Amino acid sequence: MLQDKDRIFTNLFGVHDPLLKGARARGDWDGTAAILARGRDGIIDEMKKSGLRGRGGAGFPTGLKWSFMPKESKLPAYLVVNADESEPGTCKDRDILRHDPHKLIEGCLIAGFAMGACAAYIYVRGEFYNEGCMLQAAVDEAYEAGLIGKNACGSGYDFDVVVHRGAGAYICGEETALIESLEGKKGMPRMKPPFPAGVGLYGCPSTVNNVESIAVAPTILRRGADWFLGIGRPNNAGPKLFCISGHVNKPGNVEEELGIPLRELIERHAGGVRGGWDNLLAIIPGGASVRLIPKTICDDILMDFDSLRNVRSGLGTAAVIVMDKSTDLIRAIARLSKFYMHESCGQCTPCREGTGWMWRTMNRMAEGRATIQEIDTLEQVTRQVEGHTICALGDAAAWPIQGLIAHFRPMMEERINAYKARISSPSRMAAE
Amino acid sequence: MPKLTIDGIAIEVPAGSTILQAAEAAGIEIPRFCYHERLSVAGNCRMCLVEVEKTPPKPIASCAYPVGEGMVVHTDTPMVRNGRRGVMEFLLINHPLDCPICDQGGECDLQDQAVGFGSDSSRYDENKRAVKDKDLGPLVKTTMTRCIHCTRCIRFITEVAGVPELGATDRGEHMEVGTYVEKALSSELSGNIIDLCPVGALTSKPYEFVARPWELQKVDSIDVLDAVGANIRIDSRGPEVLRILPRLNEDVNEEWLGDKSRFSIDGLKRSRLDRPWLKKDGKLQAVSWAEAFSAIADRTKGLSADRIGAIAGDLCDAESMLALKDLMTSLGSANIDCRQDGARLDASRRDFYSFNTSIPGIEEADAVLLIGTDPRKEAPVLNARIRKAVVANRAPVGSIGPVIDPTYKTVHLGFDPSVLNALHNGSHPFADTLRNAKKPMIVVGQGALARADGAAVLAAAWRLAASVGALTADWHGFNVLHTAAARVGGLDLGFVPGANGKSVAQMLDGGVDLLWLLGADEIDTARVGANTFVVYQGHHGDAGAHRADVILPGAAYTEKSGTYVNTEGRVQRGFKAVFPPGDAREDWTIIRAFSQLVGKTLPYDTIDALRARLEQANVAFSRIGYLPRFGCSDLTGPSGDPAAVGDAPFALAVENYYQTDAISRNSPTMAECSATKPELAAAAE
Amino acid sequence: MAAAAPSNFEQPACFAFDAQSEAELAMLIGRYPAGKQASVVIPGLYVVQHQMKRQTDSAWVPVKGMDALAERLGMAPIRVYEVATFYYMFNMAPIGKYHLQVCTTTPCWLRGSDEIVAACRAETGIAGWKETSADGMFTMTEVECVGACVNAPILQVDDDFYEDLNGERTTALLAALRRGEKPPKGSTIGRQNSAPEGGSQTLLFAPEA
Repeated sequence: MLQDKDRIFTNLFGVHDPLLKGARARGDWDGTAAILARGRDGIIDEMKKSGLRGRGGAGFPTGLKWSFMPKESKLPAYLVVNADESEPGTCKDRDILRHDPHKLIEGCLIAGFAMGACAAYIYVRGEFYNEGCMLQAAVDEAYEAGLIGKNACGSGYDFDVVVHRGAGAYICGEETALIESLEGKKGMPRMKPPFPAGVGLYGCPSTVNNVESIAVAPTILRRGADWFLGIGRPNNAGPKLFCISGHVNKPGNVEEELGIPLRELIERHAGGVRGGWDNLLAIIPGGASVRLIPKTICDDILMDFDSLRNVRSGLGTAAVIVMDKSTDLIRAIARLSKFYMHESCGQCTPCREGTGWMWRTMNRMAEGRATIQEIDTLEQVTRQVEGHTICALGDAAAWPIQGLIAHFRPMMEERINAYKARISSPSRMAAE
Repeated sequence: MPKLTIDGIAIEVPAGSTILQAAEAAGIEIPRFCYHERLSVAGNCRMCLVEVEKTPPKPIASCAYPVGEGMVVHTDTPMVRNGRRGVMEFLLINHPLDCPICDQGGECDLQDQAVGFGSDSSRYDENKRAVKDKDLGPLVKTTMTRCIHCTRCIRFITEVAGVPELGATDRGEHMEVGTYVEKALSSELSGNIIDLCPVGALTSKPYEFVARPWELQKVDSIDVLDAVGANIRIDSRGPEVLRILPRLNEDVNEEWLGDKSRFSIDGLKRSRLDRPWLKKDGKLQAVSWAEAFSAIADRTKGLSADRIGAIAGDLCDAESMLALKDLMTSLGSANIDCRQDGARLDASRRDFYSFNTSIPGIEEADAVLLIGTDPRKEAPVLNARIRKAVVANRAPVGSIGPVIDPTYKTVHLGFDPSVLNALHNGSHPFADTLRNAKKPMIVVGQGALARADGAAVLAAAWRLAASVGALTADWHGFNVLHTAAARVGGLDLGFVPGANGKSVAQMLDGGVDLLWLLGADEIDTARVGANTFVVYQGHHGDAGAHRADVILPGAAYTEKSGTYVNTEGRVQRGFKAVFPPGDAREDWTIIRAFSQLVGKTLPYDTIDALRARLEQANVAFSRIGYLPRFGCSDLTGPSGDPAAVGDAPFALAVENYYQTDAISRNSPTMAECSATKPELAAAAE
Repeated sequence: MAAAAPSNFEQPACFAFDAQSEAELAMLIGRYPAGKQASVVIPGLYVVQHQMKRQTDSAWVPVKGMDALAERLGMAPIRVYEVATFYYMFNMAPIGKYHLQVCTTTPCWLRGSDEIVAACRAETGIAGWKETSADGMFTMTEVECVGACVNAPILQVDDDFYEDLNGERTTALLAALRRGEKPPKGSTIGRQNSAPEGGSQTLLFAPEA
């Protein structure tokens, strides 16, 4: 288990002052100028060495991403921070925004400096109104204290931080949709190439990072890549925020090391599965977009990128949604299908049309009002959506259903048969 | 130039090309709905999927993916076929099966591609989505349930037409294309979205349930309702023109057509002159051709040649104008004019009255000055080219005259010709903009020329063009934008007063005793002397016919084979789609027949012979369709005195785009369009 | 909110930014690079919605408000309509005094969001989504994951989250709102934000002590 001394987010629960005074007491903004003095390459090398993988879901190496930004450019460059946390099950960035905003702001300065950006735009989801206000207050006091703005931290580097509020569209968590939204357009993902590092916000080189990825950077640079690399498992380094929701006794957020066994995570930090471990049916380990895993896999799975990928699921945002045996699993997944239908931006044909089709079929599957063959049709429809769209929302809509069919097909068949039996039973006929 | 392989075919294409473009170059067709070569790339329909080796194992949208050196592309693998079949299935699940009552039927991309790439049955059993139809005005009918959200219409209206009124509101499967706040589209190019729509969501309102494409005779022709000379296709069934569509010509109209040119056809069926008329006892009475002709012949007897005159209208073909000129010459009269509006055009040199930059040349312009013109209303298709240059080259645009909204940012420099002097002497800041431009373009409208000091304005504009470097050996930046399809042809043929000949104004003000109006309806007929004997030859009972003593029924442009010269000086030829109504005849044959009666038989009795005479009259007529680009080597200006410009503000030649000539004035559809424009309604009151 | 056709209900005949909105817009426009003022469209729509709340006690975005914003930002009105209807936090029709946004996505549903929905319906008398109670106090909207899943189920009232709810506490909350009270936002069972109920196993030291 991760020791408290190795935890980065020491005010995760908002016990202490989230603003500058408290943040300084927790070690934020300590020697920031000295970190910047290491130079762009120095910072990026250290980040690469730390093995930090992006905390927004895809797990792309953060240092490497920063290194894609052009060294020389006539255009300004931007850091864009993705605080559009909307993946069902996920509520970790919210705690950073409201309880540790200075970690994020300091991270913006350092990351922005490392990639030659003149400003950071932090895109906060619209529902996080109070969180956005707290972040804005922190930004304001950081400006006042000279930590950002002209000659940030006395480093000679000018850097602005702008908080931008979204307005209720999950798709804006996709990096190019987020950029579109920041530019004042509908959040419709752009085609790649070109990639944001070449043509991003306002047509300028840009990098989009998750809140947590940026917020951990100052601590990594202060404590060293080796410290970070020493936590977790090879290729899955560092501590990570986990969100444990659903059928556990004590849902909550926790910072733990990557690679912690799922069972330990749930039992130590979330009071265990409701009704005991054996009452577990399945979990969704990384936010709604990954395939669920049944209890048999849950028993000994480790919570990191590679372990979960090996079981055809994913760490995603490390949002663990726990479902015990009382769960109507088909309905639980059908509700996610509704989510994706609701959040599809509508530009690509397969996603616009397919998410509705999938939800309508899933809705009937939950009732059992379907045929066995339709399970195959549904599976094929998910394949027709997956990989055929501009962004990954189509994939995300397909995977939960694929996971359900892969692991719980007999449950679906049983439901269909039960429905058939019910509507054809003599008592029903008599009642009519 | 990267080399790549597509389906085993090695091909080299320019860097920056997309896979789809490369495939087209290799002769491989890739299905698509949203992609259109003249619009920005949306990449949303996902129909153009291909497989590219050494990329992640998923299909790639070829319309947006740039080619790379050594790329190996496959367009017919199981992955690609499955992808396309999947997209087709998705497109069809919410598309109504109403092809039998859909006007797009038979020319529908969705139908065609469903046959080519779709499955034979649907696995979708849920209810289909229904979408409320939108009212986009009198031209475009919507059946929004059929919409497949390709966004072509939105991109066209925003990018090409430059009047961003269409959008997609809401999101996901609730996404709807429309204006959100209901309103008629205000673009003069709105009809093009009907052509662009790959399905039956946007169809032609006037053409609703009129015909099926396979019933139609299709004839290539040239539009005459403005001076751009858009290439059109006339679709007819029996005696009736049912619709007009643009035909591709990169050098003229690309594939666009103005709404007036497309939708005025119902005007071809109303107020038509279908038999000769003769005024007897103050009233027009139907007569035979012979009687009408002899009445005119009687009247010419004893008249001195200088008391006979002819005016050619705006829709005339070159053949009939030449025939009329030859007739007048043979009668000894030099009183001919094709400038109904009295524009002080100088016919002495072709580049004094042409759009010399040429329409494709507009795309190279990096600064534009508009003088007394609103190209959006006078030539919407040409205006779209200017807009293209403004967007692509960030060309600054200045305008002199009434304040206009040509769909791109324009700096208003002033109202009257004095600005030309300020630009010439450099005292106006826009002078530097023109001077610093590499290819500045000056466009003079008819509103600047049809006025007392028109010749001075023309000369001042030329002098300005010369002084800002718009006239060089390889760039001719002096342009006259015409509004009449007949005008440049008329000037090319010298249909202007000869030695001691009388102009339109002089002829109108009692200068002649016999006035032959060839489709001339844009003159002030009230000025015609009470004793002047007026012959009106034309196709509509419009202004000219109302003043006529004799009416000779001619053919509209859809009813004759004719040669037209557009504002650039490009000679183009249209073909006859339907016969003229009743006793009406092709115009040159009427003149030829009359010439015989008066013993001045014109020396041609076939259209080919007449066209040989055309070439003889002006060598420009020997070059059909093609227009060479030229610069300007002789800076000598037109005859006017630049210093003589007055200070009256310029007026515009076209106030109401929808009703400019006998055909469009008689079109109920065009009248409806006018009614949707509050500013026109206000002006009418 | 999904777009109801703007002609389906009464639209104000005019809209002009008041002094507070003007000040907010000026500040917002200053945050973005010159010429990129289109970025203000989303924050600007909030300005419109908030002004409507101030002026009419109903937070929504009328067409005239969008037109005024479009003009201020130099955008075509249709581009503003597109944005306003794409982002579901903008109410395109008038709403009640309080906007009850019930999250029913899977994490909340697993923790009993059905009970919250039922309690809201019972207390307000609202039958369907996006409807407003007869007394004009409440509009009820089903929303997707609001991002506070470890405190599920959540009811978002205007901008505030009420967390760890059950039916009973929901009823009490709505009753309080109706009385004009504004109960403190956050956990309704006294949890320390997202920490596990009854205290965390981590962060047991006090770094600032």
